[in-house]
Amino acid sequence: MNSVDKKALKRESIIQTALQLFSTNGFHKTTIPDIASKLGMSVGNLYNYFSSKDLLAQEIIRYTSEVLGEKIREVNMLDVSAEEKIHKIVEIYFSMAKEKPEMIEYFLRVYLSNREVFSDGCEGMVCVSGFITEIMIFFDDAVSSGELRNQDFFSAFGLFMGYLGGMVFLKGEGVLPKDIAYYIDDISRNIYYALKA
Amino acid sequence: MGQVQHSKPKLLWLQSITCNGNTHSFLNHPDIFSVFSGFEVVHHPVLESEYTFHDLAALKIPCDILILEGSFIEKGLTKNGVEVSKMITHYGNEASHIITAGTCATFGGIFKQKDPEQISGFCFDIEQQTERYEKFASKLISLPGCPIHPRWLAYVLMMLSQGKKIAIDRLHRPVELYGYTVHTGCTRNEYFEWKVDTKGYGLKEGCLFYEQGCQGPYTRGSCNKILWNDTSSKTRIGTPCFGCTEPQYPKDRLFVTRTNMGIPATMPLGIPRRAYLTLTGVVKSFKIKRFSQRLLEYDQ
Repeated sequence: MNSVDKKALKRESIIQTALQLFSTNGFHKTTIPDIASKLGMSVGNLYNYFSSKDLLAQEIIRYTSEVLGEKIREVNMLDVSAEEKIHKIVEIYFSMAKEKPEMIEYFLRVYLSNREVFSDGCEGMVCVSGFITEIMIFFDDAVSSGELRNQDFFSAFGLFMGYLGGMVFLKGEGVLPKDIAYYIDDISRNIYYALKA
Repeated sequence: MGQVQHSKPKLLWLQSITCNGNTHSFLNHPDIFSVFSGFEVVHHPVLESEYTFHDLAALKIPCDILILEGSFIEKGLTKNGVEVSKMITHYGNEASHIITAGTCATFGGIFKQKDPEQISGFCFDIEQQTERYEKFASKLISLPGCPIHPRWLAYVLMMLSQGKKIAIDRLHRPVELYGYTVHTGCTRNEYFEWKVDTKGYGLKEGCLFYEQGCQGPYTRGSCNKILWNDTSSKTRIGTPCFGCTEPQYPKDRLFVTRTNMGIPATMPLGIPRRAYLTLTGVVKSFKIKRFSQRLLEYDQ
């Protein structure tokens, strides 16, 4: 492995560790020394990769958005109905909440709750465009094929993602009586019926 | 040293199903007679010319360059008792160059709406080649536009009169004129880049793409490079581009941009949707103060 690859790998491991710590302990309660010590690296060396905690936080949201966007992109490429795509997107979102809860938790509990950290560099959709773009493409395809009703982007987006985010939040609070996977079928159907043409 | 009179190419302007729009548009060229002076104008629909329409219908006129105006129909349009399609074919065979002037003659245009099965352009039916294409392709130059820009036709005529080769694309449009989009050179480009839409008709500020159906980003033509009346263009003065040079013209609902959940149904020419949406999402996240202000404060 050459040094460029090694550096990229290290960078990603910093992102993943910080993601875990920020999601579990909160952004403000997690310090750079905490992250460095968990990784077994010096604070000085960590600063070689990210010059501030805010920049690290911004990189994490970009990273999670890309990971989620990449999965939805695969769904967009499938030759299946919009109804099936909705089911697959819900499945992806909930299985991510189950298997990599820190990813969704980070979005809900760090990104949305500490806007001041993201105001300079992650304005609006700048850092989440990897994910938003794929949702836009999903809607565009589904409306042009006549499966979903044409409307304002945000009224549809809010219904879809607000619903999923809300469910994952409830899961995080430990108030869902059943495993989140149990809700996939019903929620997919609800979203489809709400948006269909 | 100038050419002697009799050696000038013979120019014949022939009309089929037309509103005369291209004829009239070309009359606006400030140097129309200078352009025509490179030719012997054997027949023109409104200017005095050497031969009458009777001669034309009798298929008696010599012709080197044929300008064709109006949509094509094989049967049912007669003038002086002669099918116009017969005149077109005859003079098309005679000519060394055929210019289809306007979208009707080129692709079918507005008059195609009357009978889409029978009416088309001369060598193209929208984008499909007609049965005449093979025969006439080697001498065909397409000049779509509703109407044609006078300077576009003048460019072609002057190139031909000087024996110069005109580079064309797959639909036979001169690249020099149609290699650009109408968006190129639009004075509202900064607003397009930052996704700031206009707030009303006739305002100097804002882009017309999202709110008023502007087709400039995916319409080929140099309206914002070679200005109309040497002065301005539709988009510069606040009227959306209607895409009048495109094979599919006219689309319906000219003042409306079709969107799917807010996403434009047609992307700017050649731009992948994913790239466009990524860029759009990013720039929309910023508010640029200058673009939210009036250019002139009329009230003060």
